[in-house]
Amino acid sequence: MKLFVQLFHRLDQSTNVNQKREALVWYFSEASDIDRLWTIGLLSNKRPKRIATIALLKEWATEITNIPVWLFEESQHVVGDLVETITLLLPMPKKENEESLSFWINYIKNLENLEEEQKKEKIIAAWQCLQPTERLLFNKLLVGGFRIGISQKLMVEALAQYTGIKGNLIAHRLTGSWIPDNITFEKLILTESPLENSSSPYPFHLASALEGGIQDLGAVSEWSAERKWDGIRGQIIVRQDELFVWSRGEELLTDKLPEYHPLADLLPNGTVIDGAILPFKNGQPLNYNELHTRLGRKNITKKAMDKTPIIFMAYDLLEWQGEDIRLRPFRERRHLLQQMLSTYPTQGILVLSEDIPFDDWGQLVEERALSRKYRSQGLMLKRWNSSYSSGRQRGDWWKWKADALTINAVMIYAQRGNEGGTNLYSNFTMGVWDGDLLMPFTKVSGLTEKEASEISAWVSRNTRERFGPVRSVEPVHVFEIAFDGIRSSSRHKSGVVLRSPRIIRWCKDQSAREANTLNDLKAFLELY
Amino acid sequence: MALLEFTDKGIYCPPAKVHIDPWRPVERALITHGHADHASWGHRAYLCTKSAKPVIRYRLGDINIESVEYGEPKTINGVKFSFHPAGHIIGSAQIRVEYKGEVWVASGDYKLEDDGISEAFEPIKCHTFITESTFGLPVYQWKPQESVIQEINDWWANNKATGKVSVLTAYSLGKAQRLLHSVNHEIGPIYTHGAIENTNRIIRKQGIKLPPTRKTTGNISPGAYQGALIIAPPTALNAAWIQKFKPLSIGVASGWMALRNIRRKRTADKGFVFSDHADWQGLNDAITATGADRVIVTHGYTKAFTKWLRQERGLDAIEAHTEFEGESLERKEDKEDNS
Repeated sequence: MKLFVQLFHRLDQSTNVNQKREALVWYFSEASDIDRLWTIGLLSNKRPKRIATIALLKEWATEITNIPVWLFEESQHVVGDLVETITLLLPMPKKENEESLSFWINYIKNLENLEEEQKKEKIIAAWQCLQPTERLLFNKLLVGGFRIGISQKLMVEALAQYTGIKGNLIAHRLTGSWIPDNITFEKLILTESPLENSSSPYPFHLASALEGGIQDLGAVSEWSAERKWDGIRGQIIVRQDELFVWSRGEELLTDKLPEYHPLADLLPNGTVIDGAILPFKNGQPLNYNELHTRLGRKNITKKAMDKTPIIFMAYDLLEWQGEDIRLRPFRERRHLLQQMLSTYPTQGILVLSEDIPFDDWGQLVEERALSRKYRSQGLMLKRWNSSYSSGRQRGDWWKWKADALTINAVMIYAQRGNEGGTNLYSNFTMGVWDGDLLMPFTKVSGLTEKEASEISAWVSRNTRERFGPVRSVEPVHVFEIAFDGIRSSSRHKSGVVLRSPRIIRWCKDQSAREANTLNDLKAFLELY
Repeated sequence: MALLEFTDKGIYCPPAKVHIDPWRPVERALITHGHADHASWGHRAYLCTKSAKPVIRYRLGDINIESVEYGEPKTINGVKFSFHPAGHIIGSAQIRVEYKGEVWVASGDYKLEDDGISEAFEPIKCHTFITESTFGLPVYQWKPQESVIQEINDWWANNKATGKVSVLTAYSLGKAQRLLHSVNHEIGPIYTHGAIENTNRIIRKQGIKLPPTRKTTGNISPGAYQGALIIAPPTALNAAWIQKFKPLSIGVASGWMALRNIRRKRTADKGFVFSDHADWQGLNDAITATGADRVIVTHGYTKAFTKWLRQERGLDAIEAHTEFEGESLERKEDKEDNS
């Protein structure tokens, strides 16, 4: 298990995505086929079943080490993690162990049908020959709590880099109900699966942020305008009676979106639609965070679907009746999209993103000011004669976001960040005044390195209390915070949640007392 | 009256009128070792071991300092004092105090494993033992030095092979020299941060052999440090200085690296569990070896460790309440660094 332990350490010690990817690629090139397969399984939530409860492991560990319960609990308090505490208490192994990851996974699986006494005997025997980190991973696997914080996307990228196979093909091959026991690495990753080519999305055409004045775009008649919806950009594909849903990040999300599944029957084969995966209820888009939460769930329950229903806001048609129409002008594609939506009703799964009629730029300025009323992020401007090309083709598609909202708030907690490996205090919890108290409402970062080192020195000297990595500080410093949106939220103490908060200015000339209040913050809700 | 008592200035011996490791200015201070939380500035007279003296003098400047050999008795106002190896760093001592047939030992900081460079720990029989408890919980278990050094050598060799500079952080007095002495210096050149090189100079002058090292300089041409191991104090990690060595891999050698949450808080690529303090087993073995039936617990997990000694080991153990313990949060961090 040594190789896997090295991988674990490299992943665990890094917060940098590139380093993590590099570690995975290194591991895939060093590991045996069967270990590679199991690692993919573990990172895809295909863990072995739980063999023992944490409570049982704790009982056995304290029994063989003669540690009283109170001392165990003191230790747990310091260590934080229960399984890690158990792991660290056990005596050091007398010898090294050369067995592989898959050996130990099979060892664990073979415990499944044993009586408790036999399990105990086997588990203690394993403890006696595993090194501390090996033991930690072994114990995490035993209790079914193995998590390592690697997204499916990152793993797909690493596998693509290692095998030289395109990421979207790998993503496709990893879907479905395979388990490491009934497949090989060769068969899972290196073998073409029948539908995979038909599942491929087109490269996404991306828009750039509008920088100059709107008038600079030229003739009004050349442009279309739509709302910019706050969802996840995606493509819906129906081919060979199958449905595939891809995110812009090339993640295959089909399984996470059961509400889209009827589209496989409702739409004709050879259809690809571009649009936004959008949480939507009672005729209105919901908070982006809710979408994020729902997609993060491993199991999609009926309850979750009722709470956060998801529609597809259709922007563009890329393939129609099996023909790639991306080079046709946008105006024609939109026309076909509208026609398709009226010919093939989809029970509200697909919704056309309406275009905003306008005769002069002034009208659009007014429409943009209404963005928050529509619960949108701003406007999208597309040239009527543009094709759907890949990547970010400047000049044809512009996103014109609503102006950010700003508020002055006081830093109340600080935490070290990892930007550039400098380890400075760069993540802050901010508060606004609620009477005489500061109400925390958001976490932000965004200072320059120079400012961060200045504030770090100050934080070290002005710490009130420490809570693990977080320090509470004297409420002195005021930052101007910009954010793109705000929603009320019963899950946050402040009653609101912000979209994309960031620091835009350190207000050194302002005292904490001059910062904004919770009422000022909540007043922004009226914009919606 | 107790032979040693805890006051707002440090450990005090009333009949002898001397302090051990005081942190506020006193007339006469007996110093267990040169770390800043034990050897502080401003006392009228200092007493320590011969091998601890050069560094203490270097750190504290022009002080009135006297030294003794290990085991050499020194009588002060009728109280017999002697210094005995503590195995913590070069020159570190436990201080034995004998008066009217009663024997106390103040341990300072100690570890039981012989690290090959510090004078190896010797258990001293006593009635009352004052012990540290930096790692006084059963989750702290150290591997033998040999095995950790192997990990460090492997890491360094692997970095060298992949074109990375290895930066290893360690407290500049003690841990740094222990590492220098133990790592395989055939892997590549070894550089040290200025603070460590200054300490090395003092230590070499007292006749202790360290492998050749070079001081890192301000202007670093790309590639100059390829394959090298750089030993630097933990504070250097926060500086822009370190970025000059890129591509690099950062290792931290500390007992605290046993815990995942602390490992992850440091922006290091690799944590080595490597301490100059006794682990849980070490603390317990040391106490057993003294034969003491009274134990006073300081510095660390005092509460839990005292309860363990009282309830589970049946010893007359108490917690030392010292001002030093709760002095400031920063102090705690400094302690992390010299672990």
